[in-house]
Amino acid sequence: MSEFLQVVLSGLATGSIYALAAIGFTLVWQAAQTVNFAQGEFVMLPAFFVLIALHWLGWPLWAALAFGLVISVLVLGYLFKRLIVQPMLPSTGLPLIIATMALSILLKEGAKQFYGAEAQPYPPLFPQTTMSIGGAIVSMQDILNLVVSLAVVVALTLFLNRTRTGRCIQATAQNPQVAEILGVNTRRMVLYTFLINAALAALASMLISPVYLAKFSNGETLGIVAFIAAIVGGFNQIRGALVGGLLIGVLDNLTATYVTASYRAALPLVLLIIIILWRPQGLLGTSEGRQV
Amino acid sequence: MQSRRTILATALTASVFVAAPWAAAWAADDAVLVPCVCELSGPGAVSGTNYRDGAHIAVDEINAAGGILGKKIDMPDYDTQTDPQTSRALVQKAIDAGAYAIMGTVYSGSTVVNMLVAQQAGIPQFTGAEAPSITEKGNAYIFRTASSSAKGVPALTAYFKDTLKVKKIAVAWVNNEFGKGGHDVFINEMKGAGIEVVADVPSEQGQADFAADVSKIKQSGAEAAFVYVNEEESARLLREAKKQGLTIPLVGEVTLTGQKVIDLAAGAAEGALAHVGLATSAPDPLIQEFVKKFQDKYKRDTDHNGIKGYIGVYAIKYVTEMNGKLDSQALADKLHGLTLKVADHPGMLLDTSWDKNGELSRPSFMTQVKDNKQVVIGMVPAN
Amino acid sequence: MRAYLKPALLLVGLAALIVAPLGQGNYVIYLLSSWLIFSIAAMGLNLTLGYAGQISLAQASFMAIGAYSTAILTLAGWPWVVGMLLGVVLCLVVGLLLGFPALRVKGHFLAFVTLAFNSLVFLVSRNEEWLTGGIYGLSGMPRPSVLGFAMTKNLPFYYFTLFVFVVFCGLFYGIVRSPWGRAFKALRENPIRAESLGIDTRRLTLMAFAIGSACGGLAGALVTPLVQYIDPTSFALGHSLRILLMVVVGGAGYFFGPILGAAVVILMPEFLRFTEGYYLMIYAVLVIVLMIYCPSGLIGLGRKLRDLVRRKPVDRGDLKAGAQL
Repeated sequence: MSEFLQVVLSGLATGSIYALAAIGFTLVWQAAQTVNFAQGEFVMLPAFFVLIALHWLGWPLWAALAFGLVISVLVLGYLFKRLIVQPMLPSTGLPLIIATMALSILLKEGAKQFYGAEAQPYPPLFPQTTMSIGGAIVSMQDILNLVVSLAVVVALTLFLNRTRTGRCIQATAQNPQVAEILGVNTRRMVLYTFLINAALAALASMLISPVYLAKFSNGETLGIVAFIAAIVGGFNQIRGALVGGLLIGVLDNLTATYVTASYRAALPLVLLIIIILWRPQGLLGTSEGRQV
Repeated sequence: MQSRRTILATALTASVFVAAPWAAAWAADDAVLVPCVCELSGPGAVSGTNYRDGAHIAVDEINAAGGILGKKIDMPDYDTQTDPQTSRALVQKAIDAGAYAIMGTVYSGSTVVNMLVAQQAGIPQFTGAEAPSITEKGNAYIFRTASSSAKGVPALTAYFKDTLKVKKIAVAWVNNEFGKGGHDVFINEMKGAGIEVVADVPSEQGQADFAADVSKIKQSGAEAAFVYVNEEESARLLREAKKQGLTIPLVGEVTLTGQKVIDLAAGAAEGALAHVGLATSAPDPLIQEFVKKFQDKYKRDTDHNGIKGYIGVYAIKYVTEMNGKLDSQALADKLHGLTLKVADHPGMLLDTSWDKNGELSRPSFMTQVKDNKQVVIGMVPAN
Repeated sequence: MRAYLKPALLLVGLAALIVAPLGQGNYVIYLLSSWLIFSIAAMGLNLTLGYAGQISLAQASFMAIGAYSTAILTLAGWPWVVGMLLGVVLCLVVGLLLGFPALRVKGHFLAFVTLAFNSLVFLVSRNEEWLTGGIYGLSGMPRPSVLGFAMTKNLPFYYFTLFVFVVFCGLFYGIVRSPWGRAFKALRENPIRAESLGIDTRRLTLMAFAIGSACGGLAGALVTPLVQYIDPTSFALGHSLRILLMVVVGGAGYFFGPILGAAVVILMPEFLRFTEGYYLMIYAVLVIVLMIYCPSGLIGLGRKLRDLVRRKPVDRGDLKAGAQL
């Protein structure tokens, strides 16, 4: 029993970080109707911005984190939108998808060339103290990761539903033409979406890197997991991405513990195929209309 | 319109054919061509880059001292992108360019593919790979620069049986060709030693969460665990083990007590043990001198792959000079069953022997992490 | 005059392919063979992508199915042709099974399903050691012999590959030019109009995907005797992305696009090697720029340049329709 609890709790902590990356997927999907194949790299890179501020500039941790967040929003949000997505609009679709694939290679190789190919230790944000819950041992870090991710999802949902800007963003995602006619500055709203995505990716990066370590190739694994989480949960719902992320984190551990470790990576994939067969809009997705 | 497209396609294709042979035909006659085919990008980039940089240190030293038989070594680098098929093509390219010998590749998955090409052409190849299967295929042209896990793991059997005196053991391994090789040898060894394997836990490369792995080991009642995973995964597993309060000895082969793992595990590596064929921390003046040279030249620390590359190039030099001629076949013939003593051949760093399959043997070390440093706690003689 | 130009050019191209490996080293011959093989895989994907407008991220795993079928059967003593046919048929069936549910719904679901499928094929070929040799793969597959001539040397095998390639191109051209192929094109240009003209778009897309996948199987069947060693990592997701890049860089929807794209993707590292570790970055930037300024790939770029020279008035795609967002 304690083993069950152990792997479920650890899975939830890891899954909550997958969820943050997965939310980014759904946001970009909403804003540009495209699949961002560089999303994994978007989560890999901010950790390196933080490390640059810490080790090259010699800044204290809080300043380095702020630096990482600002640079991420600038580069992965503004520049990504301005230099890659915008020139392709309105003819998105395939070329944009291919461009994000190329971007993922560029970011990955860039991180390797400029910071190094080896994994880097990354300072923890939260204390490492552990506690026992019903025989399972969890660290403060695990619990706080989960709490922060949940808080972000709640805050983001409130922002999108309760504020004027949030509703404008939703309107833009659902029907840009009509939103434009109604006086919404759709360009600006799309930009906001990209900035929020970058900030979420930076947050995910800062939460996962103490556990996952900073390495140029991290995006390969993270990107696919986030992608699957987004589809399983529902591509057009933020809370869907959260559920998808948590589900994959937990199922991965449960399969490895009770079924077979050599096929642990297969379960999320099978889940994905089943979801597409049975409920293509995802577990929590809505089948009609788009929603942020 | 259709025809214009055809023109374009034909023209481009044609230009490709015209250009291709020139790229391969630059090998100078007055140099000894030893291409380094290794993993400079992709998942194997860390190992491959260290291997290449170690090899280049040796090349620079040898060239500064007059080269091999008066000829300078020319070592172009070919990047396999850690892709077996690309590596196969590049070994072919190296041979077409007139390679005397080939350095690389480091990843076992690539080496098993490309060594067939070098074998057909009769060109000796110095691999950094450690999978046992490589020297079990009767290939007379493949030579290791580090012992295989088939050599390394048995050295641990005695340790588990006699020093730790365990009856039940767990094994955590990464499910790729590196981990599988070590795992299979280990299972066999344990059977032979009468130690029961109570938990057999494979993990994926790049796995984030080791909670299930550690939990399984913990529940199995194992008295020690053999950990055979890559560096980052080692660090993550050690951290999770510390978190879950796993107190049994964790014993690895090569990676587990490396400085990189110690840094990444942030304190969780304390007490971990490992058998290391080539330790950069070995209390040996020649190895320490090499580690310092590497540090001075590249402003970073090497792992054992840097040493592999270094001694590979020196082996080519020493044996060629013994033969007195640049003959690839003679180089391969001479290496089988040869022992190079470090007293006469300082570039080998340690006494090194090759058997008839190209398997290598030399003294190795038992190491442990103490105060966040790799400490040598015992020497294991060559087998 | 123009009527003669095209066959003449094709003959010149074929002659170039026949002459190309003569006097070359094994490396160049190997590279040429692998270019032809990847062209086949990319042309198959082009059917799915360029003609039917659906993204498949599993072309490498179809190559895996073809390669493993051929390897297992030839190792058991069957002739290459049997292994190849089995691989192709398997791919066709798997393509239908995968595509059927995925194409039921709108959107990029085929991309998602194929992405998962590619990873699953990797896991199965790694874990099922009894069948696939596990992570160490299979080796020592014999090269085929034709009319008693063994293709063991690299040069004869290149000509064997070329022969298969030419036959394949003929068949493929037949498909593209058939009423069926024209329907594919109609589908890509305007699915709604195609539907209104009575074309069953879903069935057509499904067939395009299944046939495209079968081409991947054929390419895989050729990889086995070429490399004579296959293992799961050679067919991982990254390789599917690589084949996708071949199609897009060359020009999706053009007959010669994937062939050109395969040449560029395979040979690019060769030409950018002097940039050392930066070549992948340069390559990535070039692809992004190409996608921004000319999404129709290199062939599209060539046409664009030609139109510039001819001073024909053209609509630039990126100026059309105003900004939506």
